[in-house]
Amino acid sequence: MREIKYREAISEALREEMIRDKTVFVMGEDVGQFGGVFQATATLYKDFGASRVLDTPISEAAIVGAALGSALAGLRPVAEIMFVDFTSIAMDQIANQCAKFHFMTGGQAIIPLVIRTQGGVGIGDAAQHSQSLEAWHAHIPGLKVVMPSTPADAKGLLKASIRDDNPVIFIEHKMLYLNEGPVPEDDDYMIPIGKADIKREGEDVTIIAWSKMVVDSLEAADDLEKEGIQAEVVDLRTLNPLDLETILTSVKKTSRVVIVHEACKTGGFGGEVAALIMENAFDYLDAPVERVTGLDTPIPYAEPLYRAVIPNPDWIKKGVKKIL
Amino acid sequence: MQATKQEKIDLYRLMYRIRTFEEQSFVSFNKGLTHGVLHLCIGQEASAAGCIYDLKKEDYLATTHRGHGHVIAKGADLKRMFAELLGKETGYCRGRGGSMHIADMEIGILGANGIVGGGVPIAVGAGLAIKYRGLNRVALSFFGDATLNTGAFHEAANLASIWKLPVVFVCENNLYGISVSIKKACALDTLANRSAGYNIPGVCVDGNDVMAVREAANEAVERARNGEGPSFIECQTYRHMGHFTADDGKYRPDEEVKYWKEERDPIKNFAKQLLDDKEVTQGGLDSIHDEVKTEIEQAFKFAEESEPGHVDDLLEGVYNQPAANQ
Ligand SMILES: Cc1ncc(C[n+]2csc(CCOP(=O)(O)OP(=O)(O)O)c2C)c(N)n1
Ligand SMILES: [Mg+2]
Repeated sequence: MREIKYREAISEALREEMIRDKTVFVMGEDVGQFGGVFQATATLYKDFGASRVLDTPISEAAIVGAALGSALAGLRPVAEIMFVDFTSIAMDQIANQCAKFHFMTGGQAIIPLVIRTQGGVGIGDAAQHSQSLEAWHAHIPGLKVVMPSTPADAKGLLKASIRDDNPVIFIEHKMLYLNEGPVPEDDDYMIPIGKADIKREGEDVTIIAWSKMVVDSLEAADDLEKEGIQAEVVDLRTLNPLDLETILTSVKKTSRVVIVHEACKTGGFGGEVAALIMENAFDYLDAPVERVTGLDTPIPYAEPLYRAVIPNPDWIKKGVKKIL
Repeated sequence: MQATKQEKIDLYRLMYRIRTFEEQSFVSFNKGLTHGVLHLCIGQEASAAGCIYDLKKEDYLATTHRGHGHVIAKGADLKRMFAELLGKETGYCRGRGGSMHIADMEIGILGANGIVGGGVPIAVGAGLAIKYRGLNRVALSFFGDATLNTGAFHEAANLASIWKLPVVFVCENNLYGISVSIKKACALDTLANRSAGYNIPGVCVDGNDVMAVREAANEAVERARNGEGPSFIECQTYRHMGHFTADDGKYRPDEEVKYWKEERDPIKNFAKQLLDDKEVTQGGLDSIHDEVKTEIEQAFKFAEESEPGHVDDLLEGVYNQPAANQ
């Protein structure tokens, strides 16, 4: 299969869906001619023009709110918020409006809406451009939270998100955009939302991760194999809805779990996963569930400092060895 | 208002210092010494210098991602600025903040900001404190053209107006917010006209004419100090470089970039004016250039030689720790 970059997989998914369905359109800051600051909407403007690829002012609340209104009035918006850090500015529209409209209207309102954004630590973007805020969003009933780790997942999940009749926040990772991988060309290639993926099989320990931490976990698992430890890597892909079944099946198989996320520990989504494992598979565990996470601090600017606060393959290996 | 010869030379030197600082930052970025993103203000020095030159140490300002010029004009230490860009312990933020978060609370610099619009309500809040405490100070809020479209700007401008706070809003209109032309993002021909909606007096000045900027700023500052409330100044200007260090700015027409660089450069034009008016000789300018270059070299050297930001006490920095003797 041909290999393309994560960011190309995203623009391919957008392109295919825009061709398939005239009501799908893209809007956000610098998404037009510029192609997005991470080039994830590159060339869409050329092919679909300004009426379907809308450059907006710097108005995050209006971007998400207008996306919602347009969805209520017959369109399928894909709104980009340049950094997940800036979803804070759109939070009323995300949390109080998008996520609740369907329920509050007794099921009348249908909201086929995607918010594409990206997060995580890059190379010195500092405290306001580096956060992992998925736990905020996963805490809001009514919103789906998708976080792809590979180019193929990015394409398949984005297409599924666009076709979904619920609001989806689709959180990419800035350090994944240039990663390459095989991606199907099929127009109807989709990955169901709410389905985790076993990225690597193993018997000794289950590593649960999402987004870029899947890549780091796979690297750790390769190293562990050299030491005779077989780690299974479960990529959640979607935090809400969560694929508890896949998690529990793996936990029952290995009896040991390490949960890895880049977000800081306190209130992180790893706590939720750990609690669910405790509630549903306590008797199968041979060790306490271990969390390998970012430290509870804003992300510092300088390289040695930000490296010191987010997990890497070494941290993951240590976490595994601690519970073996 | 008549400017003295010394004031003019000071203003020239200040603009030249800002530019030289930015050029050195760019060199340092290209050498891989500075990472992250840098938003350089080359081409916009007159607005920083003209607005801030007459401020007092105790006055406040809040700025943006493109804030190096403002903090230099307010009196920030170039050594600590470079050290911050290089992630050093001696930097303004001990390497924790970087370019977008340089701050100096001792001289009223309430921070650059990574969030577009984030600094505007903060400046207004400083204005609130000034009024509350009965101080004779003023708070300046710097932001770009594209920031006018944020909710934060709108809410903050309205607050400043209804509470008659001593705030000066300085909109540096460099025609773009990243790649998006202000013409596409805002339907006003003159951005200063937006202030009418808040009943805030607004003016539009040539933001590359340091003397014109200074005059407009001083009027606004005086109004604020007299308890007459906020003002709005639009400084029309242009950034010579891309939005950030990795951007080639190709979305801008070549002739436009050429025009602003060659015909509207605030420093070149001011130098010519000073020479024509015989306020200074070429020799005088040359020695300013040499002095500034030496200062920049030394400041950068200080930064290079400083130790990296400490890793071991990162977590202690998240909350203010009670002093040991308490
Ligand atoms: C709330 C928010 N949205 C988007 C961004 C990304 N961003 C950084 S600077 C910028 C453009 C700002 O334009 P303007 O206010 O005109 O200032 P300039 O960069 O031209 O000085 C954008 C969109 C951000 N930092 N914060
Ligand atoms: Mg601008």
